[in-house]
Amino acid sequence: MGRQLYEAIIDGILGGGVYALMAVGLTLIFGVLDIINIAQGILVVLAAYLSYVLSVHLHIDLFVGLLVTVPAMFLIGVTIQLLFMRPLRGRERVSMSLLASYAVAIILEGVLYTVFGPNTVQLNAWYVTKGVKILGGAEPYYLPYIYVFGFGLAIVLVAVIYYMLYRTKFGRSIRATMQDQTAARLIGIDVNRVAALTFGVGVAVTAAGGMVFGSLNAFNANSGYDLISRLLAIIVLGGLGSIGGALGAAVFMITVESVVDIWSPQYAVVVFYAALVLVLTIKPTGLFGKREARAQ
Amino acid sequence: MSVLLRWARPGLIVALLAFGAVFPLVYTNPLTTTYAIDTLIFVGWVVAWNMFSGYSGYISLGHAVFFGSGAYTVGLLALHHNLKGGVTFALLPLGGLVGAAIAVPFGLVALRVRRHTFVVITIAVFFIFQLLAYNLAFTGGNGGVSTPFATWNPATYNNPYYYAAFLVAVGTILLSWLVRGSRFGLQLLAIRDDEDRARGLGVRAMRVKLTAFVLSAFVTGFVGGLWVLFIGQALPNSVFNPNYDLTVALMGFLGGFGTLWGPVLGGLIVEPVQQQITLHYTNGYTGLIVFGILFLLVILFLPRGLLPTGKEWLTRLQARWERRGQAAPGGGMAVPGTAVAAGGGDSTGSVAAAGTAERSGTPRAGGAR
Repeated sequence: MGRQLYEAIIDGILGGGVYALMAVGLTLIFGVLDIINIAQGILVVLAAYLSYVLSVHLHIDLFVGLLVTVPAMFLIGVTIQLLFMRPLRGRERVSMSLLASYAVAIILEGVLYTVFGPNTVQLNAWYVTKGVKILGGAEPYYLPYIYVFGFGLAIVLVAVIYYMLYRTKFGRSIRATMQDQTAARLIGIDVNRVAALTFGVGVAVTAAGGMVFGSLNAFNANSGYDLISRLLAIIVLGGLGSIGGALGAAVFMITVESVVDIWSPQYAVVVFYAALVLVLTIKPTGLFGKREARAQ
Repeated sequence: MSVLLRWARPGLIVALLAFGAVFPLVYTNPLTTTYAIDTLIFVGWVVAWNMFSGYSGYISLGHAVFFGSGAYTVGLLALHHNLKGGVTFALLPLGGLVGAAIAVPFGLVALRVRRHTFVVITIAVFFIFQLLAYNLAFTGGNGGVSTPFATWNPATYNNPYYYAAFLVAVGTILLSWLVRGSRFGLQLLAIRDDEDRARGLGVRAMRVKLTAFVLSAFVTGFVGGLWVLFIGQALPNSVFNPNYDLTVALMGFLGGFGTLWGPVLGGLIVEPVQQQITLHYTNGYTGLIVFGILFLLVILFLPRGLLPTGKEWLTRLQARWERRGQAAPGGGMAVPGTAVAAGGGDSTGSVAAAGTAERSGTPRAGGAR
């Protein structure tokens, strides 16, 4: 029992790091643009398929492939923002953008099904199959290297995003836009440009997230639903727009899920959402959410 | 012109009702009536959805929770008591009650938060219910629930379902109309326009929102029950279907979000189109793409919906007409009237409309309908 618990906690924390990365992108987009990007889940799957194509057909290592997939996902993100999000105006803009991103998700799902078919695939490399021995004894527990590498990658990328947000001029304009769009516009920030680039950055992290997700799980186009519902739960739990909150909530939730999984795999996911409902009953703004400053 | 417009709406409604009443007698092809029943069921659903989401501005993408719960309730009762035929229709209110009963705690949690968060919570709750339907013992897991088939004459087998669906759709529209014209409905619309201000004016926002949510859930559960009786089977991913939530939202937005007739129009357009898409692209994937593209086009080019946009066109046309007719003496009267009409077409808000209603002489507030 104790051993299983250790294993579950290690799995949860390391796996949570990857979810944290994807969730940070989602919450960043929300913070700046007020858009809940429902397409984030299927974009992770798209990124995983890109990594799959690169590794299977072109024999490029998964981590090296990121040099291609990250810019590609960035461009896809900017394109989605320019074509489908920016033209939306009027009172129901926020709701409309949510529905528009949902529509984008459905289209991508259809395209991925058409191209790759319904069978699940999984990314493969030596660090996916081989593991590092963590617990000895009669039944040694091997943790696949990809958990460690993926966690490291997530930490590095989150650090990069933090650096970008808090140490660069672009980051300052992002934070200014997050605080008050009108004021940001008044002091000469090109809010449209910030919005497009932020959307790009928020989607670009799915490249890394998708690569690690695809190595840990067998996936197909349908995996997008599972991903987005978890990601949404995570960012709401952490408080919409709060990056630190998303990180904490991701690691916490995935660990809880992984621990509950020991007793009942079927209900592990239900616990996930039940925790969300419970937290929101007590604190409607989420764990780290600020008070509702922005008018609806 | 104005006489024509005054009689156009009641005339149209009577014509639609008459057409609906004789439809299965004229079109006896089972495939056609199947489409019609499906469409009417979705019309009922989208009008119920609009009664909450459209009027209050809180977009729910979790109404399939009530649809599915109603469907499972009715399906399981029919299965275990081996009910078939006309008796089963008596089960429908129970489906509605279960939907409403779920809506109370659901609403108490979800309606405390901001609008964006509300959408997300409805999606999360939806997935909880789908997972429960897969995993609980009494729901039959992946296999779902099959209801006993009625022993009706195959030639007219669809007719009872058709008339049930027709009555439900008409009843829901009537309910939506009553809500919209009532004090309660105006409170909902005020919440949509500005919740803080509405609260400041003495609207008990939580109570009003929750009542609308529960009412909407009751109708949705009812409709879900009817759906399972007609289809004969409820599966976790067929009644707890995320695409249904999206379809309903599309119907609402295409016709006119928050208007009375917009969702009806949207339902009458979208459901047959979707049936055609499914029929055409049997692999399902291309259907997804086509559906998504249609949805995007509506959001980008018709964001306010067919009815408000059409109405605006009509008002503009009418204003031009009147200006031309009364260009000579007495033209002064037409000016305030047209100005108000144009303003009314532009804002669907109740507060704005309530202000203009007095001047334009229309007794009922509420902008585009």
